[in-house]
Amino acid sequence: MVGKTLTEKILERASGRVVSPGDVIEVAVDVVAFHDLTGYHVIEVMEKTGNVKIHNIDSLVIAFDHLVPPPDVRSAEIQQHIRLFARKHGIKNFHDVGFGILHQVLIERYVLPGQVVMAADSHTTTSGALGAFAQGLGASDIAAIVLTGRTWLTVPQPFKIKLTGALKEWRTGKEVALEILRVFKADYFNGMSIEVFVDNPQSFPMDYRVTVANMGIEMNADTLMFVPDSVTVNYVKTERGFEPKTITPDPDAEYVDEYTIELDKVDFLVAAPHSVDNVKSVRDVWGTEVDYVFIGSCTNGRLSDFEIAAKIMKGKKVKSRCIAVPASWNVFRKAMELGYIQTLVEAGCIVTYGTCGPCIGGHFGIAAPGEVVVSTSNRNFVGRMGSPQAKIYLSGPAIAATTAVSGKIVEPGDVM
Amino acid sequence: MIIEGRVIKLGDKIDTDVIIPAKHLKYTDPQYLAQHVFESIDPEFYKKANGAIIVAGKVFGMGSSREQAAIAIKAAGVKAVVAESFARIFYRNAINNGLPVIICPGISKEVRDGDSIKIDLVSGEVTINNSKKVACKGLSGMALEILMSGGIIEYLKKIRKV
Ligand code: SF4
Repeated sequence: MVGKTLTEKILERASGRVVSPGDVIEVAVDVVAFHDLTGYHVIEVMEKTGNVKIHNIDSLVIAFDHLVPPPDVRSAEIQQHIRLFARKHGIKNFHDVGFGILHQVLIERYVLPGQVVMAADSHTTTSGALGAFAQGLGASDIAAIVLTGRTWLTVPQPFKIKLTGALKEWRTGKEVALEILRVFKADYFNGMSIEVFVDNPQSFPMDYRVTVANMGIEMNADTLMFVPDSVTVNYVKTERGFEPKTITPDPDAEYVDEYTIELDKVDFLVAAPHSVDNVKSVRDVWGTEVDYVFIGSCTNGRLSDFEIAAKIMKGKKVKSRCIAVPASWNVFRKAMELGYIQTLVEAGCIVTYGTCGPCIGGHFGIAAPGEVVVSTSNRNFVGRMGSPQAKIYLSGPAIAATTAVSGKIVEPGDVM
Repeated sequence: MIIEGRVIKLGDKIDTDVIIPAKHLKYTDPQYLAQHVFESIDPEFYKKANGAIIVAGKVFGMGSSREQAAIAIKAAGVKAVVAESFARIFYRNAINNGLPVIICPGISKEVRDGDSIKIDLVSGEVTINNSKKVACKGLSGMALEILMSGGIIEYLKKIRKV
C-alpha cells in the first residue's frame, strides 16, 4: 500500500472518504473567513438566498483590512454594514479596523495544522505555512460555506518541494518564493498542491514560510503547505499557548514530481514589471532608479521583515519615498518595542498598520503614471498599485530597504 | 446546451486586476462593472463584448478572488470563456455567476480573433467557422449542476429548500 500525502490526509479527514487526485469531493470547512472588501459581497449573496442562518459561528472569522482606515464614504458604509451584520448575528471572531490583515490574523489566532481553511481572498494560501489546506474563494462560494459549513473541490495533484541547507545573509522566504516562480513560472502548478519539506526546520523560520505560502497563489497552486515540524509546533505554542496536534505525510507517499532548492544558492531576486514570474537577479536590474518603496502586506509585513528593514535603514535617510505597513497590530506593537518602527520613522518612512491600501492600489500611497515602485508585496500586474503606467518590482525586505535609502535598486552590501 | 458567438482573442495569464481594477470593487452592480471590464487595456472593450466568446491562453483569471471579474465579463454580454486553462478561483466564480467556462488545451492555436465558434457545453465539442471541430473538456459534476441551476444562489435555494 502506498502512503498518503499531507493533501490526501487532510482531505480524507474533511470529506470522510478515501480520496485520490482528480476526485471531486465535498469537504467540511474548519475555518471560513472574509474581509471588508469581499465581506459586503458575501453578505449580499447570503441575503439573496433568502435565509441567512450561519452554520457555525465559531468557525467564522472577519477582519477589516482592505479599506482601512476607510478612505471614502462608500468604504465607511461597507464596513458599517458588515459591523452591523456581525453584531446582529453575534459573531465573536470579528476584528474591526486596525487589528490586522486577515491572513495575518488567521495565522496568529485561528488556524491550526491539518485544518481546511477557506476565505474570500486569494491569499488565503498564507495559512498553508502552518500545514493547513487553505484556499481562497470568491464571495459566493464563501457565502455558501458560511451557510452550509461545506464546499466542493477537486483533489489536487501533490508536488513535493524540498528545502535544504540555509539561506545566506539578508535572503528570506521572499527570495525562495521568487526562485520557485523563476524556475516554474506562474502556470505550472495549476491544479496541484505543493507540499514543502524543510530539511533543517530551524533554517527556515515561520515568517519565511508564511511568505512562501502566501505566494502559492502567485504560482497558481491550489494550495501550498509546509509539512508541520518543530517550527510549526513552537509557533503555535508561543502564539497561542498550547501544543497543536499535527498531521504529516507518510514517508512513502507518492508525488507527481519533486524539486529541491538548495537554500545556500538562492540569490537576491526581483519580479520585474509586469508579471510575478518575470524574475531577474538583482544584478540584472542594478541601479534602476526608484520613486517609491512599499514595505509590508500579507507577504512581507512581519517582524523579521521589519527587523531587516530597520537594520539596513538605521542611521540613514530615505531617498525614495517610503511607506511601511506591519501586517497586524500585534506585529506593529512588537516592532515598536524592539525600536524598528522608530528607526524607520527616523529614516523618513510613513508607518501605519493593518491596511491593504498601498498593496491593492486602493489608498494610502498610490503610484503615479511612469513611476517606478519597489514593493515587498506579491503582485506587480498592470495597474495593481495605482496607475497602469507605473512599473512595479517585487522584492524581499532587504532589497526594498536598501532601495529606499539609496534611491535605486542595489544590494545591502552596497549600502552597509 | 449550445452557445454560439464571435471570438475575442486574448493571451496567456490574463489577471483579474486587468479584468476589473481594484478601484471598482466597492460595487457589485453588474451594469456598472460591465462598463469597466478590461478598461486598462481597452476602454472600449465593453462595447465590443456583447455576444462575444472570449478565447484565451493559460491560467485565465489568475490573481485576486474578486468575483466582480466574472460578473463584469458576463454583464458585458460575453456568452462564454474558452481557455487553455483557468485559475481555480475564477473558474468557480464564473460558474457561480452563470458564466460558462470551457477548458480547452491547444485552443489558442486553432482560433483567430473574429472567428465564429459554437460550443457544446456538456460534450465539450467546439466548432470553428462552421467547419473545423475541436474536442474540449465539457462541464460535469458540481460545476455543471451549479451552472444549470442558474448560479450558486439558485443552487443554494434548491439544496436548502427555501
Ligand atoms: S496585503 Fe495585498 S495581497 Fe495581502 S490581502 Fe491585502 S491586498 Fe491582498
